[in-house]
Order: sequence, then C-alpha cells, then structure tokens
Amino acid sequence: MQGTDFTIAEGLRALDRREISAVELTEAHLAGIAALNPRLNAYITVAAESAMEAARASDARRAKGEGAALDGIPLGIKDLFCTEGLRTTAGSKILGNFVPPYESTVSAQLKRDGAVFLGKLNLDEFAMGSSNTTSAFGPVENPWSRANDPEKRLVPGGSSGGSAAAVAARIAMGATATDTGGSIRQPAAFCGIAGIKPTYGRCSRWGIVAFASSLDQAGPVARSVEDCAILLRSMAGFDPKDSTSANLPVPDFAAACTRSVRGLRIGVPAEYTLPGLAPEIDALWQQGLAWLRDAGAEIVPISLPHTKYALPTYYVVAPAEASSNLARYDGVRYGLRVTERESDLRDLYERTRAAGFGAEVKRRIMIGTYVLSAGYYDAYYLKAQKVRALIRRDFEQAWEKVDAIVTPATPSAAFPMDEKQDDPVTMYLNDVFTVTANLAGLPGLAVPAGLDAQGLPLGLQVIGRPFDEETVFAVGAAIERAATFTAKPQVMA
Amino acid sequence: MSYTLEGSTGTWEVVCGLEIHAQVSSQSKLFSGAATTFGASPNSQVSFVDAGFPGMLPVINAECIAQAVRTGLGLNAQINLWSRFDRKNYFYADLPQGYQISQFAHPIVGTGVVEIALADGTVKKIGITRLHLEQDAGKSQHDQHASKSFIDLNRSGVALMEIVSEPDIRSPEEAGAYLAKIRQITRYLGTCDGNMDEGSMRADVNVSVRKAGEEFRTRCEVKNVNSVRFVMQAVEAEARRQIEVWEAGGTVEQETRLFDTARGVTRSMRSKEDAHDYRYFPDPDLPPLVFEQSWVDELKASLPELPDARRARYVALGLSPYDAHVLTIEKETAAFFEIVAQDRDAKLAANWVTGEYFAALNRLKREVSDSPVSAANLGALLDLISDNTLSGKLAKEVFEAMLEADEPPASIVEKRGLRQVTDMGAIEAAVDAVLAANADKVAQYHAGKATLFGFFVGQTMKAMAGKGNPALVNEVIKRKLGAPSG
Repeated sequence: MQGTDFTIAEGLRALDRREISAVELTEAHLAGIAALNPRLNAYITVAAESAMEAARASDARRAKGEGAALDGIPLGIKDLFCTEGLRTTAGSKILGNFVPPYESTVSAQLKRDGAVFLGKLNLDEFAMGSSNTTSAFGPVENPWSRANDPEKRLVPGGSSGGSAAAVAARIAMGATATDTGGSIRQPAAFCGIAGIKPTYGRCSRWGIVAFASSLDQAGPVARSVEDCAILLRSMAGFDPKDSTSANLPVPDFAAACTRSVRGLRIGVPAEYTLPGLAPEIDALWQQGLAWLRDAGAEIVPISLPHTKYALPTYYVVAPAEASSNLARYDGVRYGLRVTERESDLRDLYERTRAAGFGAEVKRRIMIGTYVLSAGYYDAYYLKAQKVRALIRRDFEQAWEKVDAIVTPATPSAAFPMDEKQDDPVTMYLNDVFTVTANLAGLPGLAVPAGLDAQGLPLGLQVIGRPFDEETVFAVGAAIERAATFTAKPQVMA
Repeated sequence: MSYTLEGSTGTWEVVCGLEIHAQVSSQSKLFSGAATTFGASPNSQVSFVDAGFPGMLPVINAECIAQAVRTGLGLNAQINLWSRFDRKNYFYADLPQGYQISQFAHPIVGTGVVEIALADGTVKKIGITRLHLEQDAGKSQHDQHASKSFIDLNRSGVALMEIVSEPDIRSPEEAGAYLAKIRQITRYLGTCDGNMDEGSMRADVNVSVRKAGEEFRTRCEVKNVNSVRFVMQAVEAEARRQIEVWEAGGTVEQETRLFDTARGVTRSMRSKEDAHDYRYFPDPDLPPLVFEQSWVDELKASLPELPDARRARYVALGLSPYDAHVLTIEKETAAFFEIVAQDRDAKLAANWVTGEYFAALNRLKREVSDSPVSAANLGALLDLISDNTLSGKLAKEVFEAMLEADEPPASIVEKRGLRQVTDMGAIEAAVDAVLAANADKVAQYHAGKATLFGFFVGQTMKAMAGKGNPALVNEVIKRKLGAPSG
C-alpha cells in the first residue's frame, strides 16, 4: 500500500489499523518527492533523514499505544516557519543558509502531535506574491494543467504555492501555510485543495518569518475540509509568546465538519459580483449557493459597501508593515552579508539588501517606506487604517444578518507562469476576494467546488465570524460533499 | 534674581527643557525575558527577540509597566489607562530589529509637575510633558579592532523611561536641580537606580536663548549628557554659543549636538537636514496597553514616601529646613536617619547624623550605603546620651570607637569604662578637691573674675577622667562657689 493518496483522516485510520506504518507512508512520500520535485520545485529543502527518523519514532509510539493526534502523518512545512536545526529561507537569498535555533510555535505543536516533517516548502519570497514566481529558489509549477494545452506550465498561486502544489501532487498529506492577503486560499483554489486562514490570533505567529504582522495568519492546506480541521486543531491555540494570539479554547474543528447547515443564513455580498467576472466562476458561485440552499441554508443578499477599497488598503497596510519587518535583514547578525574591503556600515546595508532581496520584495519595501514617510503618512497609512476599520464594520453589520458568507475564492483559475508577470497591479488583483478577510481578521476557507472548461480547479470561499471557524468548516464541508470534487491533477505521486 | 547672560547686544535669557532617559529597574527587559544586570560579559544577556531574529515577537513585561506608572505617580502626572507602542524605524548596527519600539503618539504618562528647590531658597515648579516607555539599543564599540566595529546587545531591549520636561528651565542651576530631582524621585520609588556612571540615567538637553519678552527662538538638542554637573555646564556652554551666533548676525540652526566634557563646549552631531524620518507607526505586534484605574490606585497606595513629603515631615518633627533637605537628598541617607530617629529625639538624631556621622563618612571616604556604623548602633548611642549614661563628649569618644568596630555602644562603654558619673557624692568630692587646691582662683572668682568658672569645670572633669556628668558638675560648682560678686 502506497498511501500517498490518503487524506489525513484516512491515513490516521490506516495507521491505527496497522494497514500501513509511518515509515512506509513517509518513504512513499519521499519517493514521490524524489520523482516529482525536480519538476514541481515545491520543496526548497527535503529533510529525508530526519523525516525517516521521526517516522520510526512515530511507529514506536504507536506500537506502545501512545499515538498522538497526528502521529505518523507526513506534512510539508512552508519555508516561512522557523524549524529548529532545519534551514529556513522565507524563499529569499537574504536569509542565506539561516538555520533557526528555535521551532515556531505552530510547527512545534504539529511535532508535539506526532507529525512527520518531510521538508520545507517553496513560497513567494517573504510570502509576497500570488504566483510563487518571486521565490529566490525558483518558481513552483502547478501539478494541474489545461486539458487543451497540457504543455503550458501553470502557476500554483501564492504565496503558499509550494504547500498547495505539494499537497495536490500527493507529495505531502497536508502542509502548513500562511495567509496575509489570500496566500492560503488562492493557491488552495488554484491547486484544487482546501485551505483555511483562521481568525487572526487563532494560531501563534511566534517563529513565523513576519511579512505584515497585523494580517499574517498561519493555517493548513489539505485535500479535504476535514483534514484542514484536523490540522488546525493541532496548529491553533493561545501562545503567551505572541501578544496578538487569542486566549481561547481550541474547539474540535473536525466535529464541526459534520454539522448540518440547515437554518444557517448564508450571505452573498453584492459587491463581490465584479464587472467582467468569468461566467464560469459566477456559475460555480451560484451552484455553491444552490447546494447550500438544498442543504437547508437560507441565502441572504448582503452588502459590504467598502469592498472596493480593500485591495488598495491592503497594498498600503501590508507593505508598510513589511518595510519595517524586513529591516532586520541587514547583514549584521545572520543570513547573507555582502561587503567589500572598504565597506562602511551603510555600504554593507546597501550591498546586502540589494543582493539579498528580489524585485517584488524591494518594490513592497519601497511602497511601505513611502506610505509611512513624513508628509505621506496621513494620506496613505492613516487613511488606509480608517478604511480598514470601515471594512471591519461592514462585516460586523453583516453578521447581524448572516452566519457565514460565501464568495468565489479567486477571480480566475490558475494562469500560465509566463503571464501577469509584467504588471504587478494585475498580479495584485488575484487577492480581490480574499484580502477582506485579512483586513477584518476573519476566518476564510477555500474549498474546491468544480472545474473550469479547461479542467482546472475552481474554489469557493467561506468567510465566518471571528473565532467561528466551526461554522466555516460546517459550510465548507457541506459544499465539499455536494461538489463531490474527485478530479486529480495530471502530475501526482 | 533670574539668571541671564550678557552679550554684546544686551541681556539674554536661557530657555531649556530636558529629556531624561531613565533605565527602568527590572529583572528582565521590556519585551523579552533576558536579564538586565549591568557589566555582564558582552552579548551574554541577549534573547532571540533582542537580537531581532526572524519570527521573534515582543511581549510586554508587566513589571516595567508598573515601574513607569509608579514613576508617573511620583511626578504627579496623568496616568493614561490606554497607551500604545509605536515603531521608530532607522538602521543602525546596534539596533537589531531595524526599529526601536517606543511610545510616540500615546505615552503611558501624560502631563505632571515637579518642584525644585533653588539655592536662594525659592521653590520652582517644572512641568512634565510626558513619560513614555521605549527599548534601549545595543552598544557599538569602535575601538576594539582596526577595521571592524563590535556590537554588544546586552542593553538591547532594556526598558527606558523617557521623561520629557516642558521648556520651563531658565538656568544651569535649574537644569541641574531638575535632573537631580528626577533622579531623587526615581531612586526613592525604586524605579531607576539613577547610576549615571553606568548610563542608567542620561539627559538630552534642549537649549535656546532669547531676549526678554520674546517668543522662543530655535533650539538645539545636546545629546546624552550623563551627570548633573555636565548638564549645568552644557546649558551654559550651548547658550553662550547660540548668543555668539545670534550676535554675529547668524541664525541658530536646529540640530543635534554633543557636549565635549573635556573642552566644555558643544559640537554639531547632525543637522536637521540629516535628521531621520523615523516613519513612526503603531507596532502591529503589540495590542494597545490597557489597564484599570484600580490597578493604578493599588500601585499608588503602595508607593514609598517621596522626598518632598519626607522633607516636610522632618520639618514638622522640628528639624531645620536645611537638615531636612540634606537628610532627604539620598534615599539611603533618609532611610538611615529613619532608623536612627525611630522613637528618639528627632533633632538629636538629625544633629548626630548631619554632624558627627557625615563628618566621619567624609573623613573615611565612605557612603551611607557602605556605612561604617549601623543606624541601629548609632540610635543606641543616642539612647545612652538621653539616659545620661554618656555625656556628649563621651558619646563622641564612643562613636569614634564604633567607627573602628561597629559594635553596640553599650558594650564599648562597658569595655572601656566610659560610663558617665552621675553620683552626686563623687562629683561633690571632686569639686571640693579642685576648689581646695585652687583657693587663689576661688578668691579671684569671688573678686569678680567670672570666666574662671569654666576653669573649675575643666579641672573637675579632668579629675574625673572626663566621666562627670557636665550638667551635674556645673550645678555643684555653681552651688559651692555661690555667685561671683561685682
């Protein structure tokens, strides 16, 4: 039995029944990585040895009847999570061969629960991108391709492109990811898998390389909504080391996946019907709402009037925070240092950061520096904060009428690697449906719901109240059940 | 008499405000668990947070917040129940995060006021604009290597309180007195140790000059002045420089300057054009700092007595304003005095502490903090004076012996047989012997030479080896001689 096609729930059952061992599961995944990663480039670092060691230890625990919640499940870790003793790059040259002497809280909790780490997954540099083409370690390829143009290489989305591609290609059973403006949900949708960005504060940010601190949130991607729920339960929880983490109990998210949606009020925001929205995306959206109606939910038209300002607001707030967060990569203490014999400190900074950061990261640092500068702060940063408050209020008012909101996850299916690279603003439009949840701090789940005419996966998004991931899971699972999404990518282990 | 400086164009007034950086006394840093001990070996007190490692996050140290609130209360200032941390962005090798976490827009403490006492006996109020918390940077060392700079991050992340005054200061004396007062208050509160040599307290001095009745002119900021004396010197030196610039037809440019302590002048560090744009914005890693008034009230109730209140209490006990001032300057001195004066005559205690005791400290070059005599033993000595076991003179002798070995005075008295003689029979016998042996002088006394009285006292005390109770000796001699005639 190979086991790479198992969901996590299936894998756990098979391990429990001794139908497969953690060592066998891990070996199968490592074989898949060896075969497919040269093409997909989903992994930056493969940790074969430590993975096998962890798998053996897991089997030993299970033999003693001590198996934990995720014992023996092979996962990939987005290379934004610091992993103790395992190189962490953030997809950037500037971190050089940085090997963290500490483990991020989220990955530590997954380890605590017995997960096996296969390696570190590729991403857009510092999680800045929507196509996984800005990584210093090369682009990731989407394992899906167009039926009528199978040679055209497609992007997996970003920034968690490595995570989504690996899970879709069955070279990880699930993966950690992070989402600042859509970086979990957009690649999940592009790769035909599920992914949830939980409520801001649900998962600790401690040990995750920061992009935009007020928006960043860790979450899982996996091949089913239930798998996401299983992973999130391990990843989530209060962490006194992160002052923005929420001191709330972690519910049994997997149990919520079986809840009925009968009687739930599902909001459909008028503002998400964008001019020029692809008809098949709109059709899928309507289909998703019909499924929910059939399952007993009530569909309620709502308005989120400040939606159109979300993207520009995001592209002020996120770069502003990033420009400050990335100041620490200066060549002084760790990571890359580029210097000449006669260099002074300023020269060291300039050479190191010029060589260490890619074009998109530099662009955002410059935007962020600009919007925080004296004379521009009020017009950009402060204004953006005010708009952000209005966007948050839009949702607060919506929650008086509805229990969850359903929208498309992305404005398009996965696009070719050689498209949209010239104009950053076109690229930024990928996040149009997802950024609002980050700005408002809300949980958002992407669930695969159908295929476009080219056979590429399309996803729907479920947005919920703060810390009500359970309703989000219930609605997402209902869509998943109705959609019976069984399509598989062309490239998989 | 207000302080002015004479220039070639007339009389100038000095306007000054201070920004005092006071290191918070706390076990660990403002946002990390690393220790704050002074003088530890380089980079031995650094957490990954302090070193700006990827993914590291700040967590507010509650004790530092309490210390800032206590200080605010000591400055009679508004305590803000809602405040916020901002990032001050700039690049420097000893600033690992590339930003300093500070409180720019919403400080924890708002306006307050302190009183300073001046040499002419007047008391002046100096307004406090604000107190905010911020983290310290590390330390760059440029003298360790020919071509490299060394960085010590032990200080990185240590909590500082920046206490900003209103531009109410009008002379070097006031500037010095204000700094000394802030140091005194924080030391009483235990919120800053005030060790200026170790950099626990330093001041940025803002100085401008103006003619009487004018609006403020452009100010310059003299950075990092680290003693009361240097602050006084810097104010005068900078004021004189600015007067020269104005009087030569020039314009004082707003800039940051340094005080050259060796030459007693200020020199330019960076001009306004080179000033950083710090791009302050709220630190997204830290939610706003919010606490309850009831917590502030609890802290207020547990505050130690502050110097002004203590001085007033001493005056009420009958001490002279001068003694009350001298005894309260340093918290350790006041604490020492409290023990000496406990259940005793406060004036006697003050006389001994400010007299014999201070003189002994001076002579031995010791501080109250490493006192050669314990306050309890000094108090016991006062008891022996009060119960007439010792005369003042004998007490001084016992005190000298206590300086050698800090023993209870009673045991010194016993060992050396220094007990004062109050036995009237013994005193009368001694007086009789002295008068008999000096019949000629007795006659002279009776003839009107009243000054001989002291001679008889001296002779009697000598005969009694100094142990006679002086009051009784006086009384007996007076009675035996009767009044001189004439």
